[in-house]
Amino acid sequence: MCGIGGIVNFSDRHDPPSLEILRSMVGAIRHRGPDEFGVYRDVRAGLGHARLSIVDLSTGQQPLSNEDDTLWIIFNGEIFNFIELRQELEKLGHTFRTHSDTEVIVHAYESWGVDCFERFNGQWALALWDSEAKSLILSRDRIGVRPLYIHEHEGRLWFASEVKAIFADPSVPREIDVRGLAQTFKYWAPIAPTSLYIGIEELPPGSTRIYRSDGTRQDIRYWRPTYNEKKVGYSSLAEATDLLREKLTRATQIRTLRADVPVGSYLSGGLDSSLIARLGREAKAGTFQTFSIRFEDAEFDETDYQRVMAATIDSNHREVVVTKNDIASVFPDVIRHTERPILRTAPAPLYLLSQLVRDSGIKAVLTGEGADEMLAGYDLFREAKIRMFWANQPASKVRPSLFDQLYPYLVRSPQQARGMALEFWKRGLDRSSLPGFSHDPRWMTTSSLQRFFSAETRSCLESNAPCEYLETLPPEFAKWDPLAQAQFIEVETLLSSYLISSQGDRMLMAHSVEGRFPFLDADVMEFCNSLPAQYKLNGLNEKFILKKVASGIVPEKIIRRSKQPYRAPDAVSFFGKHAPEYVEDLLSEQALRDNGLFDTNVVKGLHAKCRQRAANSDVVFSNTDNMGLVGILSTQLVVDQIIRNNESRTGRDIKFTTLIDRVLVSSHQQ
Amino acid sequence: MQTEQIRTEVHQFIESNFIFNKKKTLGEDESLIDSGVIDSTGVLELIAFLEQRFQVKFEDNELVAENFDSVNKIIRFIGKKSTGMAA
Repeated sequence: MCGIGGIVNFSDRHDPPSLEILRSMVGAIRHRGPDEFGVYRDVRAGLGHARLSIVDLSTGQQPLSNEDDTLWIIFNGEIFNFIELRQELEKLGHTFRTHSDTEVIVHAYESWGVDCFERFNGQWALALWDSEAKSLILSRDRIGVRPLYIHEHEGRLWFASEVKAIFADPSVPREIDVRGLAQTFKYWAPIAPTSLYIGIEELPPGSTRIYRSDGTRQDIRYWRPTYNEKKVGYSSLAEATDLLREKLTRATQIRTLRADVPVGSYLSGGLDSSLIARLGREAKAGTFQTFSIRFEDAEFDETDYQRVMAATIDSNHREVVVTKNDIASVFPDVIRHTERPILRTAPAPLYLLSQLVRDSGIKAVLTGEGADEMLAGYDLFREAKIRMFWANQPASKVRPSLFDQLYPYLVRSPQQARGMALEFWKRGLDRSSLPGFSHDPRWMTTSSLQRFFSAETRSCLESNAPCEYLETLPPEFAKWDPLAQAQFIEVETLLSSYLISSQGDRMLMAHSVEGRFPFLDADVMEFCNSLPAQYKLNGLNEKFILKKVASGIVPEKIIRRSKQPYRAPDAVSFFGKHAPEYVEDLLSEQALRDNGLFDTNVVKGLHAKCRQRAANSDVVFSNTDNMGLVGILSTQLVVDQIIRNNESRTGRDIKFTTLIDRVLVSSHQQ
Repeated sequence: MQTEQIRTEVHQFIESNFIFNKKKTLGEDESLIDSGVIDSTGVLELIAFLEQRFQVKFEDNELVAENFDSVNKIIRFIGKKSTGMAA
């Protein structure tokens, strides 16, 4: 995995990009690639790279060029089908100097132009600089596993894997974009191209952007999820099951084997990662490392299931135990890496997990993200189905009783909690035929947190409204069945915008670990998206076909588990006698006023309530109080660490081991 | 207890536990659910408070919006319970 950063001028009136600024940019993301640093520079463009060496350790350095050094690439990611692509390209006459997948991209672009990206099966964020045409291509993988941010100003372009690298150039202004904040307090994260920062754009997933030499640009959205039911290659559930198993096996195999370093696996204790770990283990000989999070709090802990799976595959299993104090103490570092507010503390234990992986000497892990989106694992899909059924006969008492099947584990007076929940699910039943029905409850609950915004924030939003996600739905959306519609929205708003980024890439990369996601394999996704709804959500049985795939491979005890969403102790982690000082500091009236984003009195009320309730050990925070406290605290941390301090500048003095500098020193000022 | 005192205390509780904003006045008939003031987990806090403070008990079948979703509805429910009538 790696980090990329660059600066490109779209006219000759700018000085060439500064080598020192490029050094700072790469230094800012050295955690993404601590093994080697490289830079290319000519009069118009500077391309910087921080390498985490995984494929072709000895000769895959970047920046890397084509045969005649006219085309240069910096790339963060892996193209898992690079071996097959290389064979095709060699037949077309290309010659290769290295064994890397990076070089394959360059030659693929030479042969197929911007259409090359649709042939890639993998995860990437890359920049291709054509030094003759003076044009730049930026591209991201389908789901946006790998990040890419852009800043444009008066004929100059900055781009990088993380915003902190763009901010490494002191001339780039830093200010919170309240539209991104408002989207966070509704959709859980800003939705590309909106970001949390004014002037910073996120290149959307599944996109390629072409900048011509005069700076004009063209955007191509080469991929968005589509759901056209077509039973290609199977005519029964049993056949579809076999096919899915085959595709997942292959997807896991190439992700396990196509690396010149050992690849391990996360084990959450759930179905998805258990299956992937098994398939990974079978792909290779020798030792296989697995890694899990254990929680001190029984409510969140899944140790038993993790150990059962580890024993089943006889892996070298390692665990990290996470306490509430751990979460509070790493939280500022977590936010320094997410560069965005978060509404749940779930990324924090994952930060500690990747640290364990790194300490164990492993650079890459398989993980199960994507299964819930691709195969309908979330409760949201089941709830939406019941709500829609209920909406067809709103007066029915029987229809809503289906909710009993969803939550058999409700601890306190199940009837009481159920009765309450029904009142909330009843909202908006009249909207059942409108897009977004599936997500209304989540968005309504989360949006209520906007009452914490300051008057300033609110008035800014009135004249500058954030984008309404539902207005960006593709025309074919209306033709899909309700489950597919819900899945589409979940992929774009939750998976791409929050889960795979804040919880995935940023937490793994914080400790220089590359995540590999078999469920996001291009072939697997295409297949899953072609399945009939009942293969995915069968009645209220979620991930129906995946459970069949896993049968015989994963212990029944794990397959039969009711869905337990991965969660960590939230707001409660920040209170108590061991709570770190920064919590009180950042939630103080002064700190809130300094940043001006939240209403000091309203936050004070929430803060006081949380403090008081935390003192009582068996009290549980409400969902909105949890999200509010964590969201406000993390926003304050973002301002503190990214806007104001941009963290410590030590470690930025990296040495470039690959340095291609075409700027003649005598003809330009540095 | 006088109705006006109940009303005052209910307002105070909702303000200091959910809204946190003294500048916002909650309408007597304003829906707590629709206005986003409480979520499904937060409403348990409200019920616990009402039961404890006003010595009333919500039976399972009484946990419907009709009985708790606005200040006026809460007052009506407490009134009925206090006089021993079924809700």
